[in-house]
Amino acid sequence: MMGSNPAENHPISFKWITKAKENGGVLIHVDPRFTRTSAKCDIYAPLRSGSDIAILGGLIKYIIDNNLYFKDYVINYTNAAHIVGEKYKFEDGLFSGFDATTKKYDKSTWAFELDADGNAKTDPTLQNPRCVFNIMKAHYERYDLKKVVEISGTPEDKLLEVYKAYAATGKPDKAGTICYAMGWTQHTVGVQNIRTMCMIQLLLGNMGIAGGGVNAMRGESNVQGSTDQALLFHILPGYLKSPVATDVSLEEYNKKYTPVCKDPKSANWWGNYPKYSTSLLKAMYPTAEPAQSYTWLPKGEVGKNYSWLPLFENMYKGDFKGFFAWGMNPACSGANAQKNREAFAKLDWMVNVNLFDNETGSFWRGPGMDPKKIKTEVFFLPCCTAIEKEGSVVNSGRWMQWRYAGPKPMGQTKPDGDIIYELFLKIRELYAKDPKAVFPEPIKNLGWDIATNHVYDPHKAAKILNGYFLKDVTIKDVTYKAGSLVPSFAMLQADGSTSSGCWIYSGSYTDKGNMSARRDSKQTPEQAKIGLFPSWSWSWPVNRRIIYNRASCDPTGKPWNPEKVVVSWNEADKKWVGDVPDGPWAPTEKYPFIMKTDGRAALYGPGLNDGPFPEYYEPLECPVPQHPFSKQLNNPTALQFAHETKSVCDPRYPFVCTTYRVTEHWQTGLMTRYQDWLVETEPQMFVEMSEELAKLRAIKNGEKVIVENVRGSLWAIAIVTKRFKPFTVMGQTVHQVGIPWHFGWITPKDGGDSANLLTPSVGDPNTGIPETKAFMANVRKA
Amino acid sequence: MAKGFFIDLTKCTACRGCQVACKQWKKLPGEKTQNWGSHQNPKDLSYITLKVVHFQEVVVDNKLDYIFFPEQCRHCVSAPCAMQAAKPGAIIQDEATGAVIYTEKTAELKFQDVADSCPYKIPRMDAKTKRISKCDMCLDRVQNNKLPACVLTCPTGAMNFGELEAMSAMAKKRLEEVKKTTPKAVLGDPDDVRVIYLFPVDPKLYHQNAVASLEAPLMTRKQLLAKAATPLRRLFS
Repeated sequence: MMGSNPAENHPISFKWITKAKENGGVLIHVDPRFTRTSAKCDIYAPLRSGSDIAILGGLIKYIIDNNLYFKDYVINYTNAAHIVGEKYKFEDGLFSGFDATTKKYDKSTWAFELDADGNAKTDPTLQNPRCVFNIMKAHYERYDLKKVVEISGTPEDKLLEVYKAYAATGKPDKAGTICYAMGWTQHTVGVQNIRTMCMIQLLLGNMGIAGGGVNAMRGESNVQGSTDQALLFHILPGYLKSPVATDVSLEEYNKKYTPVCKDPKSANWWGNYPKYSTSLLKAMYPTAEPAQSYTWLPKGEVGKNYSWLPLFENMYKGDFKGFFAWGMNPACSGANAQKNREAFAKLDWMVNVNLFDNETGSFWRGPGMDPKKIKTEVFFLPCCTAIEKEGSVVNSGRWMQWRYAGPKPMGQTKPDGDIIYELFLKIRELYAKDPKAVFPEPIKNLGWDIATNHVYDPHKAAKILNGYFLKDVTIKDVTYKAGSLVPSFAMLQADGSTSSGCWIYSGSYTDKGNMSARRDSKQTPEQAKIGLFPSWSWSWPVNRRIIYNRASCDPTGKPWNPEKVVVSWNEADKKWVGDVPDGPWAPTEKYPFIMKTDGRAALYGPGLNDGPFPEYYEPLECPVPQHPFSKQLNNPTALQFAHETKSVCDPRYPFVCTTYRVTEHWQTGLMTRYQDWLVETEPQMFVEMSEELAKLRAIKNGEKVIVENVRGSLWAIAIVTKRFKPFTVMGQTVHQVGIPWHFGWITPKDGGDSANLLTPSVGDPNTGIPETKAFMANVRKA
Repeated sequence: MAKGFFIDLTKCTACRGCQVACKQWKKLPGEKTQNWGSHQNPKDLSYITLKVVHFQEVVVDNKLDYIFFPEQCRHCVSAPCAMQAAKPGAIIQDEATGAVIYTEKTAELKFQDVADSCPYKIPRMDAKTKRISKCDMCLDRVQNNKLPACVLTCPTGAMNFGELEAMSAMAKKRLEEVKKTTPKAVLGDPDDVRVIYLFPVDPKLYHQNAVASLEAPLMTRKQLLAKAATPLRRLFS
């Protein structure tokens, strides 16, 4: 566990982690502070917040130097043997193609060397100095123990203990898994933190096997589901791309985003892209031709980032008239929260849909605000809670789990589905009435059959996601009648004869019923050995429980570990048995990583915005002027706003600060801060610090102190603890403190305010996620 | 049949689900607390807090540990508090389960006598009504074949509940396993209580009253127990 604290933040998951320990598993926790998770682990190693890539890059070097990688897996299933083009270079912290003005890379310089068919040239002997394996080896050559220890502050003996235990899982009969959470994502190198671990898992052959994987512990119980349904700006449902202004027609859009591969052994599953995009359009606009309805989709400006931080930057500048804060509390949840609170005052109106009044809807009466000077009109729409609604929640294992409704909604609160349903009916009515309505087609033509008797119907919505045959369609001698539900995305078509609101959910709600409502625990003896329950709920895609599961077998289809079989190839019957395989092809016919264009898992990943290999950079606010890996201090492509100050080696703000959660509160605390039994357990904002730092600042345990930095200041109760220790970083003592982000001024009255008043609005260049896990602050007596 | 708990502290993560579930089932109000430099809150048991998880940072053999102790009434096999209670019907022991139950008549008892008789210092009095309270094993739930609220909510398997004999056997079996890696592990007074804790390290590190002390109260208790030996007790001797 690294970048996560499952005992405290995902307590139910710890049931299974406890079982793994009982079964002889070695539990490792790498974290800036000793937590309730660390207390249950065999190995605990502290690290300074933000130094993860040093630790993980060092592990890559350790695995390679000690020849502990799973060679057959690496050569057959990853791009280790691919030859990288001559234009690729890496010099002193910068990759080739960097434009210092735009702070962007020209990624074409990272391309592979291609053969006449357009496939990457390979050298399976790994002799070629430009093959991925050798470039990777050279890249991480710098990540020696001395440098890693120097920058992370992790004691060398602990580091080696972690390396040794984890690298031991590179054997065919061993598995290692990682549970990460926001401790990895909320950094300006967030995506690369996770990619480094992906590389480690590939080197050790831990992907696609039982007990392997890179597992995200979600920050909200339905983050997986909402991401699948395109909560974020850059995707459409099912991870299709959001079109931009230059994608002028469906044909051009499909052509641009449909990858082509001429290697017959690559399944290149995204080659089916037009079937999914066309079926999505038919789900949205059932009566229109897809080529027509495509023109109704909103298009982004090319290269424009519509993620959270730029959105609030623009709101702060006064670019927005109105704002829906739906199930969110950005006055407390967003980085640099004071900026968000001030941004709300620039709006004409805000609609706040939530269970209770919160710091967002009531921003105008918050600390430092003068209601007389605020023009924003706020509408509060009370909604009911998740347990009062029927519908599905998707867990991090991609299980879509149907839930029945519990208690009836209180008072006049409504399910979100009904609020959206009625809101849209009204909007459509206004468009229909207004002869001067601009571009009314997307509104007038939208399919809106999601209610029964004027009440939102989750079954109807789920069926739309699954998809329908819109005409009689014959596939392989079977005729599917118009109006019947699509049994699987394999049947989706690019000609408008099928619909599916989210192609990866095809198969979840078929003519056989609602698959996600299944609760049958039957399993085969082989499945029992790996805890696989194929008839319990439903997992996307196509009820596959472990993705890339064909990589759990050698290239002839024989499981690497005969004791923990996920799938195996039955040569007599010419089929796979076990989990739903990644495609029916014989093991010799196709590579297992079917979602990658070339069928190979990426040790080298030329698609990200900040480099094909993860590289060490300090957080944008850091306690050191340099680090041992290069002269490039920070991620040069990080998302930031030039007008906002960052503290680097600022003597006024000398301590590394991080944010986190406690078991007893949920998100910004809105659902828990009104709850006496929980407030009783964690009543107030606190700051955890080492005994050494407390002594330095003459702070006593339990006293009120001030935590402050360039963005703001807040009070907190000091928890002076042995569980935090100062780090030695580049020869200097570096102190770290930690604060929870659950509090807010509305309630409880003496609870304190949000940690996000201190966090910076800087973010990852790929996702825009803010760097709230490592920034600089000061702590002093109140 | 006599009931019992087995609380395996090797698996307790101090999620405090038990502490909150107890209040929820009992409809007990939250206390007005302040952060006092610890994650533990409330600081102690009270008339309205029948279960509290204690947090301790300890250094054992030069190694930092963070240990947790969900404290509650042990429902002693022969309960000294019941035996010393002068008022009939104030403290009763349920025949079927062995649960020790405090009734409204505890208001007529001398609180100090009740408190002193408890080897684990569990009972608490309401200043206003003078009634005394503590965990009642969720007897209403148990009589309806449901687990006590704290056990039902425990995510890791630290809290277990069932026939006392089975719990005792589970505790002894688990102790043998745990001892392989943690040789100093012990069970807390396993023959005398219905709530058997497995302590991986010295019980005194968890709480001063984690196990019955060797001082006066225990002697009193031993004497009491000698007088009142039950068939159940013989099961474990």
